[in-house]
Amino acid sequence: MTAKANLDIHAIPEEGTTSSHLPSGRWPHHDMLDLDNCRRPDIEVVLTLADRMREILDRRIPRVPALRGYTIVNLFYEPSTRTRVSFELAGKVLGADIISVSTNTSSVVKGESLIDTVRTLRAMRSDAVVMRHPMAGAPYLAAQHTDASIINAGDGAHAHPTQALLDLYTMHRSIGDIAGKKIVMVGDIAHSRVARSDLWGLTTMGAHVVVCGPPTLLALGMRVSDRPSHAENALPPVTIETNIDQAIEDADVVMALRLQSERQEGGLLPSLHEYATHYQVTAERLARAKPDHLLMHPGPKNEGIEIAADVAGGSHSIIEDQVTNGVAVRMALLYLLSGRIEPEEVTELST
Amino acid sequence: MTNPLANPNNLNIMGDSGSSETTADNVEPLLDEVGIRRTVTRLAHEIVEGNSGIENLVLVGIQRRGVTIARRIASEIEKFENTPTVGSLDVTMHRDDFDRRGLRGTPLPTVLPELEGHAVILIDDVLFTGRTIRAALDAINDYGRPKHIRLAVLVDRGHRELPIRADIVGKNIPTAREDDVRVLLVEDDGRDAVIVTDRGNDA
Repeated sequence: MTAKANLDIHAIPEEGTTSSHLPSGRWPHHDMLDLDNCRRPDIEVVLTLADRMREILDRRIPRVPALRGYTIVNLFYEPSTRTRVSFELAGKVLGADIISVSTNTSSVVKGESLIDTVRTLRAMRSDAVVMRHPMAGAPYLAAQHTDASIINAGDGAHAHPTQALLDLYTMHRSIGDIAGKKIVMVGDIAHSRVARSDLWGLTTMGAHVVVCGPPTLLALGMRVSDRPSHAENALPPVTIETNIDQAIEDADVVMALRLQSERQEGGLLPSLHEYATHYQVTAERLARAKPDHLLMHPGPKNEGIEIAADVAGGSHSIIEDQVTNGVAVRMALLYLLSGRIEPEEVTELST
Repeated sequence: MTNPLANPNNLNIMGDSGSSETTADNVEPLLDEVGIRRTVTRLAHEIVEGNSGIENLVLVGIQRRGVTIARRIASEIEKFENTPTVGSLDVTMHRDDFDRRGLRGTPLPTVLPELEGHAVILIDDVLFTGRTIRAALDAINDYGRPKHIRLAVLVDRGHRELPIRADIVGKNIPTAREDDVRVLLVEDDGRDAVIVTDRGNDA
């Protein structure tokens, strides 16, 4: 009976779904590459489980044996502190073995290919590989050459699905269902993998998403009418607004994105000062948002550039919650990908 | 192929599957509504007697029917004492047998009051292999060190796989190992009954 009920949730793949559908009742994802193939029920399960994980994190001894014997490798081809530590903590709290490989001390410097590396890791019986790579699509390539679960922890400017999930969870914890809520993302959309994954997650959950930034930093093809026919569904539909004051008007959530100075090719911005003058999220600008608005930032922040220091540490800021929630969300995700739990349909999201 | 639901032996090992469906509408219940009410009342009195009052007492129900029973016991106790503290505990992530049965259902909330130095009564609907209780003891340890932990169950159906016994038992029900014992409660299932179905004949 339960099997049948579960079948109903996951049986009908929506258009564009590329994930393989496992037997009924299983969470239908073997890898977590991006949120573009995650449906609302898939995301809701993560949010609910993340609540349970938060409870574990608040225990005197935050440690459960749920993933004992499960091996996770952190494979980072790009620098990272928070994401790598967040995954390490998540794995350890669940009792998994988690190993972090820094590629500048690994065989990668001897010229080992990505495919060889993931095959080697699988031969050592790793069950999941958390991967960050400067090239968009690298985790997809890896996923084709291993049956370990691949988790994309950021690939180039393409996707960062676990950050998007933690953003969704943080909003969910603070304001409940985000359907119909106005969520404004301000800043460097073009170079932001966080923004791309957030767009998928937020629109899937029914939010009204507004992106705002200088035209040179809005992603190519952000406007549906600008896209070639083969890429019509490359990004979900969003509202574009280049004027920050209008964008923030009546917003429920404002998310400032990091100005990725390391990814700026010449000529996109006249100067950082010019950017800050026109697009910095300041208290004055936030006054146009809803009185109980929330302010988020995926970090690391450049205070004084995309976000003013006083608002980043102000009463509307839930930036630190995002960090704590990141551990809980990654625990939920690892637990689901391990296949050790078969989630039932979430009938009611707790808040 | 790997779907654990395909193998009936994997089903409902602990009698607390979170599943509210039953095909056993026509089965004569071992305990009916009145029987369950009487049993809960008796459990309430035995718990308070054993503790010489409700001082320091914490009732911890195991998700999910254990929580329902704990709440009912608490409101029984309220009739002759003050209201005892009730907590809920989900042990899904402490189980050691996920590889054999697969775990169904999303874990339910764990909300525990201060346990350090308290008298904890762990409450579940059905005591079977003892593995749920082992997992619950592990989980409680991570929250604090109670003065002692005692176990109260509505139904003990035997077939233990671990050296665990209940201190307070509502009803002992002799069963065959492959029998399916279900406790149905109004709050979770729409009606009160304890039913046993023979897995072999159950479709």
